[in-house]
Formats: sequence, structure tokens, C-alpha cells
Amino acid sequence: METQYRQKPQKQGNWLIVFAVIALAVLPLIFVKGEYGGADGEAEEAIGEIQPDYEPWFEAVFEPPSGEIESLLFVSQAAIGAGVIGYAIGFYRGRTERKPSGKE
Amino acid sequence: MKLNPRILQLVAMAALSLYLVVGVAPPAQAMHIMEGFLPVGWAVFWWIVSLPFFILGLRSLARIARENPELKLLLALAGAFSFVLSALKIPSVTGSCSHPTGTGLGAVLFGPSVMTVLGSLVLIFQAVLLAHGGLTTLGANVFSMAIVGPWVAYGVYRLFANSDKQKLAVFLAAALGGLVTYIVTSIQLALAFPAASGGFVAAFVKFAGIFALTQIPLAISEGLLTVLVWNWLQSYATDELQTLKVLKTGA
Repeated sequence: METQYRQKPQKQGNWLIVFAVIALAVLPLIFVKGEYGGADGEAEEAIGEIQPDYEPWFEAVFEPPSGEIESLLFVSQAAIGAGVIGYAIGFYRGRTERKPSGKE
Repeated sequence: MKLNPRILQLVAMAALSLYLVVGVAPPAQAMHIMEGFLPVGWAVFWWIVSLPFFILGLRSLARIARENPELKLLLALAGAFSFVLSALKIPSVTGSCSHPTGTGLGAVLFGPSVMTVLGSLVLIFQAVLLAHGGLTTLGANVFSMAIVGPWVAYGVYRLFANSDKQKLAVFLAAALGGLVTYIVTSIQLALAFPAASGGFVAAFVKFAGIFALTQIPLAISEGLLTVLVWNWLQSYATDELQTLKVLKTGA
């Protein structure tokens, strides 16, 4: 019962959370000048500075042929995950709302 | 209880402002350890360290699926959450991008062992298909992201086990788990590549400057997003949370 009672303030809290996450991502873009890229280059450079003669001894089995393909794979990863999360939350929500005791 | 989310926002905002004021480090990209970038000895060592945890995780996962089949969907959700967050490269205050780990949610719900398996799956996916991380460095990356991170998250959450500050507990668990993941990565790299002058410590400071610093705002985001999903679960998946005993009876 209390869960029902708490839902409204909780929803507002959720919007605040979403806003805060977006702000955390956007503010650096506005205020901090940087490359905003460069895959794993930085750590590679740092290793190069510490041990200039280190040679990576193994190559990636499969490299995305281009940046486009790479972004496709990243998007697929996010989309698959988001789909599962959406399904699960929707399933639980539908089940909760069908319960006769669940609604006031 | 009701005020908690708002307090979290305020803390997040205050923290962010602080970082922006404190100044800007050189651009960096916090990520997993790249393929081939650990000497053979270390690569093998981390594989050996991680394997027992992975096997324990598999057993734990099988037990949950067998004893509480109704929790399978929640398991899928925990895995999917890590999947999504790992795919999001978010800009950070260091002027570069990194991604959260998303292992905190599953660790809080199911315990750290289960997340070792789910986190490893994410890492394998990225290593094989995205040339992100690697198979030789998989042991080391599993250790940081799928073992230490979840254990820290779980430990932090347990500290609050009997308090009514559940949301704060979930936030801190996820945020610290994510941050510690990258601190461990820095330690692993510093162990493998100690600096000529200053040795391990100097190298650690260098790598932590790259990895941990970038991760701080992302750890906050990770904590907030985990609380978001936690809120949904509290509203709609009460039965499952009861089964897992993470939701206090009557709370």
C-alpha cells in the first residue's frame, strides 16, 4: 500500500535523476575544451611514455572495419540492453496494475 | 526517504561544480585495458585470479535460476543494465569520454558473484565484436569490472542493510563500484608498467589520472541511473525484491 502512496513523489524524483544525468554529460561539453574521443589512445600513450619499447603482443581478433560499423555495434549493444530493460519494467508494471489490491 | 532523490541531485550538482572549478586535466579516455597491452605473465596471472570467481558466479547463477525461476527476468534486467551502461560513452570533465560499468544494480540485487558472470559477458562481447578491451586482457578486465566493482558495490550496500536510506545505499554502491573498477585498472597497469623513476607509485598516479579522474562524474551518473531503475523495481517488482530480501519487509 505504501508503495502506491509513494509513487507520485518518486516519479518526480525520477525526472530529476534523468535531468541530473543529462546535465552531468552536457556540462563538460560546454565548459571543458577537449578532444572527446581517442578510444584507448591515452592509456596507450602513457604506457609508451613509461616503457617506450613495449610492443603489444596480441592483436584484436576482430576490428570493426570502420567507425560507422563500430558505432553500429555499440548502438546494437545499447539497443538490445534497453529493449530487455523496457520489457522487464513493462512486464512488472502491467502485472502490478492488474492486481486488484494494487490499485486504490 | 522522500527527500533522498532530491538530496542526491543536489550532491551531484555540487560535486560537478566542484570538479569544474578544480580545473581540467589533460584529455584522457578511461576504458578497459586494451588487447595485447599487458605483458604475458600479467595477462595469465589475472586470468588465473579471475577464473575461480567466474566459476563460483556460474554456480550461483545456476542456483538462482533453479530455485527461483521467477527471478530470471530480473537477472536479464541486471545483465541488460550493465550492457546498456557499458555502451554509453559519456563525456567527462577531463575533456574525454568513458563509460560506466552498470554492475552495481545486479550486485545489490543478486550479490557480487552473479555479476561476475554477467559483467564478463559484457566484456567478452566488447572484446570480440568491438575491439574494445581484449581477450588476452580479459582476465584483468573481469577482475576490475566484474569482480572488484561488484564486491565493492555489494559491500557498500550491506553497510546500509538495516537503515532506511535504501536509495542512498544503492546510489553509493553503484557509484563507488564504478569508480573502484577504474582504480583497479590503474593499479593493474601500474603493476605491469612501473615507471623508471618512481616505480609503481608514479605509474599508478599517472594511470589513475587518466582512468579514475575521468570516471568520477560518470560514477555519479552511474549511481543516479541505478537509483532510477531501483525506483521502478520498488514500485512494480515488489514481489521479486521481497524474494531477494533486499526490500525490508514493511518498508
